[in-house]
Amino acid sequence: MELCSFLTLDSFITDPLTHDFMRKALLMSSLVAAVCGFLSSYLTLKGWALMGDAVSHSVMPGVVVAYALGLPFSLGAFIFGVGSVALIGFIKQKSRVKEDTVIGLVFTGFFALGIVLVSKIKSNIDLHSILFGSPLGISLSDVKQTIFISFLVVILLSIFRKDLMLYCFDPRHAKTVGINVLFLHYLLLTCLSLAAVVGLQSVGIILVVAMLITPGATAYLLTDKFDNMTIISVLSAIISSLIGIYISFWFDLETGGSIVLAQTFIFLFAFLFAPRYGIFKLKKFFAGYK
Amino acid sequence: MESINYQNFRIDAENICVDYNGKVALYDANLRLKPGQICGLVGMNGAGKTTFFNALTGFVNISKGKIRINGESVRSAQKDQTIAYVPQSEGIDSQFPINVWDVVMMGRYGSMNIFRCPRESDVHAVKDAIERVDLTDHLSTPIGNLSGGQRKRTFLARAIAQRASILLLDEPFSGVDIRTEKLISELFIQFKNEGKTILLSTHDMIHVREFCDLVLLINKTVVAYGETSEVFTPENITTTFGGISPDFLFGPES
Repeated sequence: MELCSFLTLDSFITDPLTHDFMRKALLMSSLVAAVCGFLSSYLTLKGWALMGDAVSHSVMPGVVVAYALGLPFSLGAFIFGVGSVALIGFIKQKSRVKEDTVIGLVFTGFFALGIVLVSKIKSNIDLHSILFGSPLGISLSDVKQTIFISFLVVILLSIFRKDLMLYCFDPRHAKTVGINVLFLHYLLLTCLSLAAVVGLQSVGIILVVAMLITPGATAYLLTDKFDNMTIISVLSAIISSLIGIYISFWFDLETGGSIVLAQTFIFLFAFLFAPRYGIFKLKKFFAGYK
Repeated sequence: MESINYQNFRIDAENICVDYNGKVALYDANLRLKPGQICGLVGMNGAGKTTFFNALTGFVNISKGKIRINGESVRSAQKDQTIAYVPQSEGIDSQFPINVWDVVMMGRYGSMNIFRCPRESDVHAVKDAIERVDLTDHLSTPIGNLSGGQRKRTFLARAIAQRASILLLDEPFSGVDIRTEKLISELFIQFKNEGKTILLSTHDMIHVREFCDLVLLINKTVVAYGETSEVFTPENITTTFGGISPDFLFGPES
């Protein structure tokens, strides 16, 4: 039955919009995608993909504890997100273990703690929605929180846009001309934790790192200008979210997974056909046949 | 206590030590440079050249000693844009999506408002700097598409745009073409006449003889420091490089 209405593009797009939960999911996921996409270009250039993975997994126990205590779960997530990074730094400095090992060690430890806590604290926490996201079942208080955090992150990133770019590019120069590098470091970390918090609502804790790195990686293949990279990153993130939600609605697929898969396909497309940096370097191809 | 007029010195580093988590990278190092002096920093890899630069720019903290820049602290030198650092080619990500203009504009960030909006004076300074390194044709070229020499000139332009009175250059001649080498050496003469102070690290002994008034030989600490003609002797160089004969470094004397 659904496939019949699916035949016209018009109803493919408009039918889901008649559902309140779908409108909310589309709006919220686009917002989250925009935030994560914005941040993504910095993480990609800074080489913080693994850090993004670590922070997004480490927020798990924070979310659980916050739920149990009746606090906003962004608060708990934020504390554990930043805490994990502090711990990674501390262990790295005080031991001879290599950094990537420390990162892997700390975030899996935090993640495991989260899972154990969920099984112990008998509450109405839905483990499945934390792990895999639940953009279709987002509550009103979650909506408010998401909007607040999203705007906070976007405003912070916009104000310090150029400083953060300089920090990623050449921190030594930043320091030399009197820019507070430590502040920028923690600003980026803070934004990362906050973005992980809002991101886990739409795609869940396991896949949120994709929201934080894939759009940036895609954009990196498509442009040589930082501003364009940010714009492309944000747009590709939003488009993937919309595609993912529609696909999951019509084919009854897991929403979070569909969103991330859409991102992955866009990346693959860029990987193959990007004008300058793609495998098939279209620009050169055409130039060769003039 | 003896009274020294620190204002006379652009750079005055006294007995500085730097350690990374207990591992000593540099100890009891001294350096005094006046306006218009060019000093070569020579040492093996891991001898503390980059650490010395890092200490002067405030990128690492010194654990002992004192650094005065124009008689003031490193912190206020940062605020005043006194020091410009020109990184070595390996020190930067050449694939970063940024063009020549934007890199050079970064030289102005320290004196801009928090949003880093370029004023007319900033645009002027950047234009001027890019002209001096002869890259006017490459304003919007991504740095990834530049040659090694052009990239080096871009970072030199950033230092010029910053209007710093002290320039620290990490291996300015490594991996550059003849044209860039010539341009850099011309700029050095101009900088000297403008009264700028230059500290440069190099592997190339010929460049030391050619450009440097002073030379600082280091191997975790100062091996020798003074006028190039007096200090840059085969014996000192051998000591600096842990017993390797200068013949090996220069090639046989002709």
